[in-house]
Amino acid sequence: MMAARQETVARVEAIDVDAYKYGFTTDIESEKAPKGLGEDIVRFISAKKNEPEWLTQWRLEAYRRWLTMREPDWARVHYPPIDYQDLYYYAAPKSTPGPKTLDDVDPELLRTYEKLGIPLREQEILAGVETRKIAVDAVFDSVSVATTFKEELAKAGVIFCPISEAVQTHPELVRQYLGSVVPVTDNFFATLNSAVYSDGSFVYVPKGVRCPMELSTYFRINEQKTGQFERTLIIADAGSYVSYLEGCTAPKRDENQLHAAVVELVALDDAEIKYSTVQNWYPGDSSGRGGIYNFVTKRGDCRGRNSHISWTQVETGSAITWKYPSCILRGDNSQGEFYSIAVSNGHQQVDSGTKMIHLGRNTKSRIVSKGISAGKSQNTYRGQVSAHRRADNARNYTQCDSLLIGHDCGAHTVPYIESKNTSAQFEHEATTSKISEDQLFYAMQRGLTAEEATALIVNGFVRDVLQQLPMEFAVEAQKLISISLEGSVG
Amino acid sequence: MLEIRNLHVSVGDREILKGLTLTVKDGEVAAIMGPNGTGKSTLSYVIAGREGYEVTQGEVLINGENILDLAPHERAARGLFLAFQYPVEIPGVATMQFLKAMLNAQRRARGEPELQTPDLMKLVREAAAKLGVSQEMLRRPLNSGFSGGEKKRMEILQMALLEPSVGILDETDSGLDIDALRVVSDGVNSLRSPQRSFLVITHYQRLLDYIRPDSVHVMAQGVIQRSGGPELALELEKNGYRDYLAGEAA
Repeated sequence: MMAARQETVARVEAIDVDAYKYGFTTDIESEKAPKGLGEDIVRFISAKKNEPEWLTQWRLEAYRRWLTMREPDWARVHYPPIDYQDLYYYAAPKSTPGPKTLDDVDPELLRTYEKLGIPLREQEILAGVETRKIAVDAVFDSVSVATTFKEELAKAGVIFCPISEAVQTHPELVRQYLGSVVPVTDNFFATLNSAVYSDGSFVYVPKGVRCPMELSTYFRINEQKTGQFERTLIIADAGSYVSYLEGCTAPKRDENQLHAAVVELVALDDAEIKYSTVQNWYPGDSSGRGGIYNFVTKRGDCRGRNSHISWTQVETGSAITWKYPSCILRGDNSQGEFYSIAVSNGHQQVDSGTKMIHLGRNTKSRIVSKGISAGKSQNTYRGQVSAHRRADNARNYTQCDSLLIGHDCGAHTVPYIESKNTSAQFEHEATTSKISEDQLFYAMQRGLTAEEATALIVNGFVRDVLQQLPMEFAVEAQKLISISLEGSVG
Repeated sequence: MLEIRNLHVSVGDREILKGLTLTVKDGEVAAIMGPNGTGKSTLSYVIAGREGYEVTQGEVLINGENILDLAPHERAARGLFLAFQYPVEIPGVATMQFLKAMLNAQRRARGEPELQTPDLMKLVREAAAKLGVSQEMLRRPLNSGFSGGEKKRMEILQMALLEPSVGILDETDSGLDIDALRVVSDGVNSLRSPQRSFLVITHYQRLLDYIRPDSVHVMAQGVIQRSGGPELALELEKNGYRDYLAGEAA
């Protein structure tokens, strides 16, 4: 047993939570629904949001369906049974029944976002050093507390607002598209989300419009014993383009918190959606206590011809990640992409990947997955690529690389490939490697510390995925990966 | 100045270095020659601080300071450089990026300000041009897909940039054709200076035609068996290492 690696392992094991810099809580009064789940709670949430009857019924149907479903157990993750009656399904900061402007937002909340480095004041952004504008929708527990740059976006015809607001202002769009990509019956967690989702972002980009700035939603779980169920719906109409980024953090809590989101993307003819996620939910402490259970359903529908959806994700947080952002390549010549970096450490369990469902002709997909496991974590890539009978000339390229740091972690690759069309061409490449003693020693002989050397090697490993992120976020992501692997910043 | 005093090193139960003593003065180029498997590479790794070797006795000093309790990067910051026999590939890390990381890591360790990218690029380009290292090579991932000659030139480029006070060349001639050997040797020779010590480890005399040593030391059975001037290398070339292996065979 070589000591250099031993030392790295020790360092990486020390990474845990103490290094999690977003673990503070915000002392704010909130209004909660009574604990537990039942039709009354579903109606309560729907009433709180002042929803039309069709939506209340939609939620109730989902709830009744959910009662008949079983929690999935096929993923390579282990956790004690979740008591769904021991959770709050709705929590809203009390002072913000519906903020009209930022001035109506509780200053304590604004300070929270400041601490997180999320700019909510437009003027500050304009006057500040940042050169590119990013519109932000901030979701705190169950409600959206602020959305910036709405007016400027409205000039371009782009609708960017909390989904609860879109239900009021653009009910026809919501009704047409909600649940059209992830049906209410889809899976246990998505169905639960349909019943009790509280808020999330809504984006509509009209025909031929290139969205003038990056859109971003920032999710923050604050309350104890509160599930966060957000729902995001993005529609790119014919010939439009939008790039969207989602970020997530949560306080350190001893108990596990449930997060079950649904994201639906719809790209019509010639439209393109780029969806990037930097997920940094609280991962739990060094003994594996606490942390977010992240059970998320994300799916994009390339509904139109020549449409293009691309998922990029950097996953460093959560105790459990269960997440498979997917593309349905329905339109002819449509393209789907999935670029992923999943870092796991401590006792984290990651089961993540993608599905590329080729239905249309000449459809193309590309999957690049980089899994990095350290500590006692388990990191599984699970991917499905399939071609329908009608999907002539479907093409897929999958590259799936795993990097192990230390001896107690695991990396697993589970690809499913299914083709019902003989003209389909699917390629799959997979590698598993360790940061070698030789690489570490070489870099250290040149003057790098063990942490610097590890970060350098890991950054090399994930480079082709980082390049897919918008530049500002690529820098953030790089930092985040270093932090979650080193514990040097706290 | 490099001083090795009565160095005993074991791997597991096996003692590989058995009381090796050697001094390389400032400005001196010392060559260590010896048969394969005699612990030459072990010596270079132990000096550089690679884990997995147990030093049971002795000292290694750089400019008077014992470095055996220091981590590899701390030894590097004290001015120690090892040109590897087998330079390591680091996929995805552009060579220029690595050079920047390495230079600034050492500058930070010494409390000097970090180099900004434009200054760094200028520095690297000038040094690279002297060694025939192309711009294209600097953009490629470190050592990935480099030929044997390119890898060795990259080692010398790194040494030129880091300006160590002690440079160890571990079998730098292995895998080089005559042209590459000349380029690499010229690079090393241009770095010779009154403040710098070199320890050149080699199996063959050939390298010493290009890098003329001040002293030659025969290493066998874990110790220095004999020391002399450059003429000793020629004698070894003629007679081989037989005389020094007596007693080891059985």
